[in-house]
Amino acid sequence: MHLPYYLGLLENSEKQLTEAFEYVANHHHDEPDIEQMCQKLSAWSREHHGKVQGFVEKYSEEKSNEPSKLKRDLFAEPRSSSLALLRDLHDLWLLVQEVQLCWVVIQQAALGLRDEELKACYAFCSARTKRQAEWLLSRIKQAAPQTLLVAE
Amino acid sequence: MIQTRDSIQDIWGPRLGYEGQWSVRVDERLEVEPDHWVQSACVLCSNGCGVDIGVKEGRIVGVRGRAVDSVNHGRLGPKGLNGWVANNSPDRLTKPLIRRNGQLEEATWDEAMNLIVQKSKELIEKHTSSSIGFYTSGQLFLEEYYALGIVGKAGLGTPHMDGNTRLCTATAAAALKESFGSDGQPGSYSDLDTTEAILHVGHNIASQQTVLWMRVLDRLAGPNPPKLVVIDPRATYTAEKATVHLAPRVGTNVPVMNGLLHLIIEAGHINQEYIDAHTIGFEELKQVVAKWTPERVEQLTGVPAAKLREAAHILGTCNTLVSTALQGVYQSMQATAAAVQVNNLHLLRGLIGHDGSGIYQMNGQPTAQNTRECGADGDLPGFRNWSNEKHIQELADLWNVHPDQIPHWAPPTHAMQIWRYCEQGSIKMLWISATNPLVSMPDLDRARKILAKDDLFVVVQDAFPTETTALADVVLPAAIWGEKTGCFTNVGRTVHISHKAVDPPGKARSDFDIFVDYSRRMDFRDKDGKPLLTSTWQTTEDGFNAWRECTRGRPCDYTGLSYAKLTGGSGIQWPCNEQYPDGKKHLYENGVFSTDVDYCEDYGHDLETGTPRSQDDYKLLDPKGKAFLKGIDYEPPHEKPDAQYPLWLTTGRVVFHFHTRTKTGRSRELQEAAPDAYVQLSTEDAAHYGIVEGDMIEVKSRRGKVQEPARVGDIEPGLIFVPFHYGYWDQDDRPRAVNELTLTEWDPISKQPHFKYAAVRIRKVNA
Ligand code: SF4
Repeated sequence: MHLPYYLGLLENSEKQLTEAFEYVANHHHDEPDIEQMCQKLSAWSREHHGKVQGFVEKYSEEKSNEPSKLKRDLFAEPRSSSLALLRDLHDLWLLVQEVQLCWVVIQQAALGLRDEELKACYAFCSARTKRQAEWLLSRIKQAAPQTLLVAE
Repeated sequence: MIQTRDSIQDIWGPRLGYEGQWSVRVDERLEVEPDHWVQSACVLCSNGCGVDIGVKEGRIVGVRGRAVDSVNHGRLGPKGLNGWVANNSPDRLTKPLIRRNGQLEEATWDEAMNLIVQKSKELIEKHTSSSIGFYTSGQLFLEEYYALGIVGKAGLGTPHMDGNTRLCTATAAAALKESFGSDGQPGSYSDLDTTEAILHVGHNIASQQTVLWMRVLDRLAGPNPPKLVVIDPRATYTAEKATVHLAPRVGTNVPVMNGLLHLIIEAGHINQEYIDAHTIGFEELKQVVAKWTPERVEQLTGVPAAKLREAAHILGTCNTLVSTALQGVYQSMQATAAAVQVNNLHLLRGLIGHDGSGIYQMNGQPTAQNTRECGADGDLPGFRNWSNEKHIQELADLWNVHPDQIPHWAPPTHAMQIWRYCEQGSIKMLWISATNPLVSMPDLDRARKILAKDDLFVVVQDAFPTETTALADVVLPAAIWGEKTGCFTNVGRTVHISHKAVDPPGKARSDFDIFVDYSRRMDFRDKDGKPLLTSTWQTTEDGFNAWRECTRGRPCDYTGLSYAKLTGGSGIQWPCNEQYPDGKKHLYENGVFSTDVDYCEDYGHDLETGTPRSQDDYKLLDPKGKAFLKGIDYEPPHEKPDAQYPLWLTTGRVVFHFHTRTKTGRSRELQEAAPDAYVQLSTEDAAHYGIVEGDMIEVKSRRGKVQEPARVGDIEPGLIFVPFHYGYWDQDDRPRAVNELTLTEWDPISKQPHFKYAAVRIRKVNA
């Protein structure tokens, strides 16, 4: 059974995402909407992480370290220009995709297991993960033209 | 001075109780008997009272209310009666100014305009037109906004256009779009004449729209007075008259509204038939508000459960209801979400679209409605949808330009983001018209630093020297109300014409002429090489006629209006077209809303994150004319009192001043009635800090500090109030503009900044 492996992957991904949103919030104080929204979305991921932990315990202890590698490649260095903002949002979006895909995989297993609790957890968390991605995408779309065409 | 009443001493005048048809009373104030009268309307708040300008020997000598006007039935308030003298003020700007060697020096129009044009062309060449931004007003006429909208969107093609309406009324528009699919106030002022109940949320109507408040006062003095529910943290004039006054802690509008909706649903006071036939989202809303029991609301907001029940009973059992909301909602936490709860109340009860029931998502400024309609701010002309390709194509056809010339790849840049781009240096030219951001923006120190930047070229177009013109690179002297012809629309969709009464002073020109001149000098052309605007736009009437075409088939349909029709009688409400030649009192009479996917102005947002919904997602919802019910849970404000900054600060306007006081501060009567800002604090806090009335107090936040004299009482402990828009042009001996203290942060949907709360500390300085 590889479910514990994937739950571990998911748990780690949500943790990374929590930290990444927090990191971006802290690095872009001068962009009030970024700061506030990233703090909020970090709190969402923290909550998801807590929920997943319960299932990790339920299904075993085995964990994966994979997502921490991902974090290392993204957010390579501290950045603070409008290009930096765009790159940070870009990386956040990639991390959210990682989380979302984990959720899709887990949901398939939850259906197979007929684990109602896990299904409900999926429904709650994955809907919010989708909203995280949507917010990031809309903010990226807003920032892109000015950053690529006008900013120096 | 000849006057019918002293509106400074007696703000609202004598009572004429009524029900059904508001009486006429003509208020008048004159220096001398005029030679003749010129039709206009008042531009000192969004009420837009019909007014005649008295002229003698080419000079404005007074005003009188227009008895025939449906908005005010002849009445005028203190600002309307006293504000006009600003036109004659000796310190009007009369010549263009250009900054040379650090000094603003007089210049000719040719020099000033050529400099702006040269700068524009250079920037476009090097950095695209996205390096140019416009920051306009809620105080121009619609022809001027429309000219500016075309110049910016079809001429330059910059996405960076917004107005100071972002600070004042953006949430009104956002909330209307969110619930009903389009901007536009559903009700009519005449609803107040018969309604059974009135709800004012965060709206100190007695001070802000004095004439509308007279209408309420006269109802209260009449045979069947309406019950009045007021939600406001302060004991205002409005709150004094309330049947029930709820005084929540700042930043808690959503829990209070959720609590009210919960009680109304629980008591079965909803109109299930209406909900089923005309709305979507009821079950989700019900679920969200169910958590907000009166006890929980009390705990969080400080509103006693019993009072909440009392208010819910009034709002749940009245057969007709008028609700209004203003800055207490719009400039506070969860602004759009809270304003939407007011719409929800009416939808749940089916109290919309008929006599006696209306919603007023109020505007602060007189012509705020027009920026929203005409596309000089972050909206597209004619309430078109930036993410609907068909709507963009319609505009492209109207203007005969390629659709991609009109920026629509993302929502138009909102004001706060425009300022941020200026700060970062990617906007290199900012053209400010008819507004004074260095008093009205939040976090003034930051705003000042931005305008003072060497790499930002600042054009300011105004009638008076202000805190902002002082930092401009070019100042363009503008004609104002009374000195130019144009139309504008009040908060109640009532369109007035304001005819030119006198010539502007010196070389001042109307904003319309300035924008058209810029277009000509920039040589903006359409697809066929014909000049944009300038070939057909000679007079403002040409602009108006072009605007009419732009509104055809849209919710704000002006096609039935003309200068001739607007002249002589009352203002007329839009939509006005073949079907409704005299205008329309109520929108959504048949319960069909502007939410159809091809028609709506907006696809809505995630209430929590502000993410715009995509067209595809909207198609899945397919509301087909149903209104949206949307709920949200409480989110605490982002800055709260703590050990270092233990008090809440809130801000607002006083009755005698309007918008950074550029005009009202130049009327001796208004100035003397409210000469200075102050800090209002509770008796308890005053005792705690050893403060008595009149002591000079320093108020400090994480962003700056001000000093104001103390005024004690009529406010909850822990909260202090400082009126906004007192700046420095008439007094610069101490920091006193309260926006030195306020936060640079905004609502995720409307992008309206939060002026209604900040954490501060106080100390006495004259001890
Ligand atoms: S209520 Fe507003 S529009 Fe009417 S007179 Fe007063 S300031 Fe002018």
